[in-house]
This record gives sequence, C-alpha cells and structure tokens, in this order.
Amino acid sequence: MSVPVRVLVAKPGLDGHDRGAKLVARSLRDAGFEVIYTGIRQKPEVIASIATQEDVDLVGLSILSGAHMGLTRKTLEALRDAGAGDIKVVVGGTVPQSDVQPLLDMGVTAVFPTGTPIEALVAEVRRVMSSSNT
Amino acid sequence: MRYDICMQNEGQLTTESGIVVERCYGPEDRDAAGSDRIGVPGEFPFTRGNHPGGYRDRLWTFRQYSGFGNAEWSNERYKLLLKEGGTGLSVAADLPTQIGYDSDDPEVEEEVGRVGVALDSLADAEILFRDIPLDKISTSWTVNGTAAIMLAFYVAVGAKQGVPRAKLRGTIQNDILKEYVARGTWIWPPTPSIRLIADSIEFCAEEVPRYNAVSVAGAHFRDAGANAAQEMAFTLQDAVTYCDEIVGRGRMTIDQFAPQVSFFFYTHNDFFEEIAKYRAGRRRWAEIVRERYGAKEASSSMFRMGTVCGGWTLQAQQPQNNIVRVAYQAMAAVLGGVQSMFTAAWDEPFALPTEESTTLALRTQQILAHETGVARTVDPLGGSYFVESLTDQMEEKIIGIMADLEAHGGMVRCIEDGYVQGLIADESAAIQRKIDSGERVIVGVNKYQSNEPAPGLVPPAMDESARRVQLDRLAEVRRTRNTRAALGALKQLRSAAQGDANLMPHLIECVEEYCTVGEITKELKDVWGEYQQPAVF
Repeated sequence: MSVPVRVLVAKPGLDGHDRGAKLVARSLRDAGFEVIYTGIRQKPEVIASIATQEDVDLVGLSILSGAHMGLTRKTLEALRDAGAGDIKVVVGGTVPQSDVQPLLDMGVTAVFPTGTPIEALVAEVRRVMSSSNT
Repeated sequence: MRYDICMQNEGQLTTESGIVVERCYGPEDRDAAGSDRIGVPGEFPFTRGNHPGGYRDRLWTFRQYSGFGNAEWSNERYKLLLKEGGTGLSVAADLPTQIGYDSDDPEVEEEVGRVGVALDSLADAEILFRDIPLDKISTSWTVNGTAAIMLAFYVAVGAKQGVPRAKLRGTIQNDILKEYVARGTWIWPPTPSIRLIADSIEFCAEEVPRYNAVSVAGAHFRDAGANAAQEMAFTLQDAVTYCDEIVGRGRMTIDQFAPQVSFFFYTHNDFFEEIAKYRAGRRRWAEIVRERYGAKEASSSMFRMGTVCGGWTLQAQQPQNNIVRVAYQAMAAVLGGVQSMFTAAWDEPFALPTEESTTLALRTQQILAHETGVARTVDPLGGSYFVESLTDQMEEKIIGIMADLEAHGGMVRCIEDGYVQGLIADESAAIQRKIDSGERVIVGVNKYQSNEPAPGLVPPAMDESARRVQLDRLAEVRRTRNTRAALGALKQLRSAAQGDANLMPHLIECVEEYCTVGEITKELKDVWGEYQQPAVF
C-alpha cells in the first residue's frame, strides 16, 4: 500500500461491548491501515460526519445488540446524505447468518459475523480495498 | 502429544494470569504464607467461605439472566424459570432502559426490547412482577446508570403488592465505574454517578436491609479482556472507591452498610485459577474492610458474590461445545464458593436463548448441585497444596495491581485518563495473539476445527406488535397520570440533585407519580451533564 488506507471503526447505537471493535482496530493498524476508533454509542449521523471529516476509505460498524439491520441502514443513509456514498461499509458483530445477505443487498461490502477469525477479516478488508483502488 | 508443547510460555507453564505452575506441589507451598491465612470456613479472613455450613446449609441461588421484549413477555419467561426450579430472578433490561431513554425516543428506535425488557414507567414494572410475590422471590438487576430508578421501581411495586421494604430481597448491580471501562451504559460523569450510588446504598442500609444495594462487578472487565487477577483487583478498587465515598460522608460507619455490598464476576475456563481467584478475593476484601475502614462486625468483612459462566469464552464454532465449557466453569465457581450463579446458554454467541437452551443452562446447575456431590462439604479444596499456593499468589497479584491503581491516582482518575481501558485492551490483544498462534487452544476454533455451518437460529426479536404494546402503554401513562404531580416530583428531584440530600426518596416519589425513566434521566442530565468517553484501543 503506497497510500495507507484509512479506516473508521465505529460503534453505532447503544451497545457498549467493544472488545471486538478494539481488537479489529488494533489488528488493522498492525496490518498497515490508518485506523480511527469512534468509541461507543455513536449516532449514525455523527459516524458519517467523522468519516467525511477524516476522509476515510472504509467504515467498519460493530454491533452486538441485534440492532444491526436498522443501524446499518441509517449509517448508509447518513453517509449518502453527507455526500460520502462512495465510502465502503463493512459490518461485524452478532449477526445471524440469515441477515448476512440482506445486509449485502442493502449496500454493505462485507459482513463478519461472530466467530470470524481476525486474520480472515484483515485479509478480506485488504482484498476489498485493493480491488477498489485498481 | 506432550501437554506442555502447546502451553508453554518461555519454557514455563502458567495460568491465564501468568502465574507459573510447577510440576508438583507440597506442604511447603501450601504453608508459605502461614496457615492462619487459610483459617476455617465462616471465620475471618473467610478464605474458606463465609459460612461454616457452606452449601450444606444453603445452596447457591440459581439465577438466570433473562428479559426481552416487553413486560408481558418477560413476566411469562420469569414464571417459566421459577416453575422449572429457578430460585431467583435476574432482570435483563433493554439498553434504552439502562441508559435512560424512553421507548418512544426516536434515537433508540432500533434498540427497544432487544437485549432485555423495556421499562419506561412503573406501569411496566407492575406487569413485569405480576403474580410474582416479592416477599418470597429475590430479584437481581443488571442495571447501572439508571439503577437508582430501577430500585425505586422495585420498592414501589413492592408497596403495591403490600410487601414492606424490609422484606424485599435481591441485588441491584448499581456499579457505574466499570461501565466507563467496559459495557458502556454510563450517563452522567463519575462524581455525580458515585454520589447517586452512595445515596442508594445509604437508603438500602436504612430502609431495605435485605437488599444488596450494589454488586461491584468485575465480570465486564473480564469479558472485555482483563485476566482473572486484573478482574478481581479492578473490582476491589471500585468497591474501595464507593466505600471511601460513603465513609467519607461521615453519616454511616462501614458496619452499617458493608453487609449490603456484594460482588459479581465471570468464571472463565482456567479451572484452578478461577477457584483461587474467588478464595483470594474473599480474603483480600475481608482484610480491606477491617484494615482500611475499621470494621468491627465479622459480617461486614464477608465477600458475597454472584457469578456468570459463559460470555467471551463461548464460541460460535461448534457451539454445542459451549455446554461443556459452562459446566466446567460452573463447577469452578462452586468450588470457589459463590452465592449465586447464572449459567449462559450455549447459543449465546448468536442470539438471546431459546426456551430449550435456557432450560438446559439451568439444568447444568441442577445437575451440579444434586448429582455431583460437590455441595456436600465446605470448601473441598481447602488445604490443597496447589490451590492454597495459587490462592496466595493470586492475592499477591491483586495487591500489586491495586497498588498500581492507587499510585495512578485511584480508580476514577485511572478511568478518566483511559489507563484501565488501556491495560484491558493490551491484555485482550495478548490473548488474541496467543489464540492466533495456537499457543492457547480453543477447541473447534484453532484446533479440531470442522467446517459445519453456523446454526440457523432466528433470534426472538422484538416484533412490531410487542413494540406497539410498549409504545401504547407509555402513551397511556403520559395521558392518564396526574401531570401536575409528575412535573412537581421532577422539579423536587432537580432541586435535590443540586444540593446533597439523599435522592432516593425523591426518585421513589417520581416513579410513583409515573414519571418515566427518560424524564428522570434528563432532569438529572440537566443538572449533572453527560460523561465524555476517551476512545482507547
């Protein structure tokens, strides 16, 4: 990577479980990405605003409360409203298999349900970001 | 394969907290700290347990964390658990309730009734405990930011059932400090939050003497990445912070409220270390209460604790393995002498448990209690060369970590500048590295994998009809209550919050006038402001 890819790891909604989000943030940083972490309990509009201000290439949402469908939809809308519909969004957390395809259909680039190995997540993020740069 | 090939750390075997484990232990290891450190069950320093009779006299409480959707749904689940032999309730509230939003607040639309039951006003609490006699069943609440409001609900529902305050039993978690570090249901900044906790502890000491006014919780540090020694040390440091506040007010001595201080931990997989953690924690707390606060009553020094088995240790891969993990953890907890236990269901990594999985989790405790014989004698591992040595070493580690926190200015300071969060994130990353490298084996994850698909579980989500019921009831409450009296109660609360009177009577007044959780929270936010988090990873 000549220009480092910038990633925003974000926790929308009220869920405060962020062991996974912090681990993903560290692992992506260790893999050479520039990583910003929002902290917990962020509103979708705030996430979109940080994403545009920080000029990130990817937003990773971490949601363990089961509210992933609605919160992801709201974040995608907020990004489009902020004129940043080109920023890719990936979602991780307690996502049942039955919700994976609906999230992809909504416009999410990749979904990482509970149990995804960290190295698989990092590899997939690298893959989707390199394919978008070519 | 030799065992130590996959477990060595610079050539030595260690526990998860990094305590070196020798090939074999003898009498000199057991007695290194002096045999008076072990003592007898029911006597200071309580290494071997709080009561001389142990589980022979009273089994631990089987307390399954439960709640979802609205009050009607959760009330039905509670009755099922009690019918199946549960011996206490444990309320899971949804996130809006825990953080102080009403169900009709547009900001929390996605979260109503999702990870617990939605409670907006006393009307919901009345339904939640319908047909459940509060003078017979004890109730535990995993609520922190809004704990004082939930306590007010409970006292008010008790009054409606005709149960005097003195007969109410249970525990309210009411431990905000760890929420700033992990779990995250903070609302106000630390100083007013600690004041509210101290108010509720004082109130319980005077009015609700059989209710544990606080359950200082290490569980969430642990599940966020802390090791067993850190979990215990951070928890005791939090407890010291609360006790300092109350004793510092000069209105109460330690002996007046310490018997209503309880604790809550995760029991993870490292069997003997978990047992040692509980034994060491019991001894450390006994000494802190006596030495730091000058407690005179032995009961003040008793370390009463609940535990949860499962959490982070449960895996999405080969999920039925989780049944076995929880069963071992439960046995460690009992050998460590816990007073109450929640065993998580095997499907926890995916969703809220089904009726079948939640019943199986309860059965796990029942088999342990009634079939294995572990409850027959008090502290069966007392005097074990290995366990006593591990208990001593665990205690030393706890003392060291607590001294470090004090040196950094105490727990509030350590939280505000992100120090504790950093320690936990470091530990979490270190554990992940060991899992990635295969040094720490997790069956089905990094060893003995199979490529079975994840189970097709459908979480029992709050459907639209249940949410509708909740919103309709809230609207009805707002329409039919005595608005003048409700607004008056809120105004009184605000003015009390600006001074230093105990807020509990004002909160009870508010909930009895059907003020909502959101309204009460907002009133206090106007006075106290909101917490600003440091984002450390």
